[in-house]
Amino acid sequence: MRSDVIADAAARPGEQQVAPAGVVPPRKEKQPVTAGVVVAYVCVVLAAVIFAVPLIYALFSALKPNDQIFAVPPTLVGDEVRWGNFVEVFRFGPFWTYIGNSFFVAIAGTIVVNIVSTTAGYAFGRLRWRGRDVVFVLFLVTLMVPQEVLVVPMFQLMQWLGWVNTPQALILPFAFTAFGTFLMRQFFRGIPYELEEAARVDGAGPLRTFGSIILPLARSAVAVLTVFTFISFWNSYLWPLIVVNDYGYLGTLPIGLATFSGQFGTRWDLQMAASIISMIPTAILVIVLQKHLVKGIATAGIAGR
Amino acid sequence: MTATGASAAPLRRGQSRLRRIESRQALGFISPALAGLTVFTIAPVILSIVMSLYDWPAWGDRTFVGGGNYVDLFTRHPDFWPSLRNSAIFTLLFVPMNLAVSLTLALLLSPRIKGRAVFRVLFFIPVVTPMVANVLVWKMLLQPNGLFNGLSTSMFGIELPSFLSHPQWAMVMVVVMSVWQGMGYNMLIFCAALEQLPEPVLEAARIDGAKGWRMFSRITLPLLSPAIFFTTVMTMITSMQVFAQPQLLTGGGPGNATIPIVMFIYDQAFTFQQMGLAAAAAWILFAIIIGLTALQFSAQKRWVHYEV
Repeated sequence: MRSDVIADAAARPGEQQVAPAGVVPPRKEKQPVTAGVVVAYVCVVLAAVIFAVPLIYALFSALKPNDQIFAVPPTLVGDEVRWGNFVEVFRFGPFWTYIGNSFFVAIAGTIVVNIVSTTAGYAFGRLRWRGRDVVFVLFLVTLMVPQEVLVVPMFQLMQWLGWVNTPQALILPFAFTAFGTFLMRQFFRGIPYELEEAARVDGAGPLRTFGSIILPLARSAVAVLTVFTFISFWNSYLWPLIVVNDYGYLGTLPIGLATFSGQFGTRWDLQMAASIISMIPTAILVIVLQKHLVKGIATAGIAGR
Repeated sequence: MTATGASAAPLRRGQSRLRRIESRQALGFISPALAGLTVFTIAPVILSIVMSLYDWPAWGDRTFVGGGNYVDLFTRHPDFWPSLRNSAIFTLLFVPMNLAVSLTLALLLSPRIKGRAVFRVLFFIPVVTPMVANVLVWKMLLQPNGLFNGLSTSMFGIELPSFLSHPQWAMVMVVVMSVWQGMGYNMLIFCAALEQLPEPVLEAARIDGAKGWRMFSRITLPLLSPAIFFTTVMTMITSMQVFAQPQLLTGGGPGNATIPIVMFIYDQAFTFQQMGLAAAAAWILFAIIIGLTALQFSAQKRWVHYEV
């Protein structure tokens, strides 16, 4: 059933790519500012301010001396602005290790996901073979299995493989979900067949056709998949919590933050500094790629945690 | 591979040969995904079914108990029903709040709002930042002497309840924090849907004199109903799977007031080493999710409009 929903969502961007040129009217024309727009604007700004309070307060708390965070009445800025908190974080616990591990796991995971999804998406979307549709339905069915059902037997599996507390245990188990395959298949199907046939007639083998014709055309879909995969690996919490037992060696940033707050529950200044640091990479990713975001989320709308 | 591809070029030489070659190529392209999916999804699913039928400690002897784990959960286990209840309460509060807030914001962020891209990014940031970081921020705000209570006492002289140690307030705050964290996601889906509304229909409605609330309730909302259906189903599924927010914000407490079903599964498996029991609970959760999703799909005929 979930596959239907996904199909609906993923089918839309395909249409969207055809539509804009003709249907969407040019937006440049000047429209008079109506009362409605003013009201909407005021509401949006108000909502944004309320929404941003936790983020702003966290940022300023990270710059305060610890004993002034819970001052009454609350203040935005303390007696002094302590940029040093951001440095001190790195002296508490293996914070660099957490960051390094998070980057390693997220990048490696993204590479695996991209390779697996594009190749499989190509086989499903462009090649004809017996049993294709049956296997594809099987892929889609696996999308419905929640992570919670998987983690318990997956941990058992990791024990049997001797993978508990290893990097591959952080990367591989959730790198083969059918979602990326499905996303790439949908995209590949929209590419005209003539392009590929011309390449084949010219004598290009399937690997070359795939590598030099199809993949370059799929750049935007690959970009969307990359961003969402990176973010989901970067933020992943439940699985690392289970499969890592030596946090000093393999802890990722979310794990590091959680243990940090457990050990240094009283140092709110440092907890906030650490939180802000962990927010930076994905926030930058989103800010830089915001134009593709709306399109991407309509396509990839499923990349939850 | 290149050689076989080249020999496939003369198309006339018989379709079946071509088919065979293409099948072989397909097998090459599909095998990484197929192997990974078999090892890391299909095998664990089967293993999970088996485990749920056993008394399966993390280490030590396993004994077959048949449906015993399921019976235990429903009849004997003190925390199972409360955790189901908590997940249900969370879902009932979270889904409507999330949808109302995200839809309202998406509607407000029409193309005529200048700088809407900046607002969209702002609302989306908590979605992509680590949940642990988001929760820590809220934990600080919600401390008895944190910002909320600090402002309330110093400005109005009103002492707020101790949010995280009060049975009802703790759940409310888990929901509020989750809405803050997650609504940007649905907001973007609604933004995407709003941008794809069929212009001719809107134009026709405008010509017919539809405006304001009438335009919204009779035209925009029905046109958006597929997107609303999609987000409702997906949000409900994810909220039945909530884990990190209550685990980190309240630790499931006070008492068991905010332990959701996933935290129950986690605790059983990895704290109490009852992996069979945990597997059984996970299957019950899965069954509930499937049931609720099926229910929504059967109800969609009444309110979701797919025409246009």
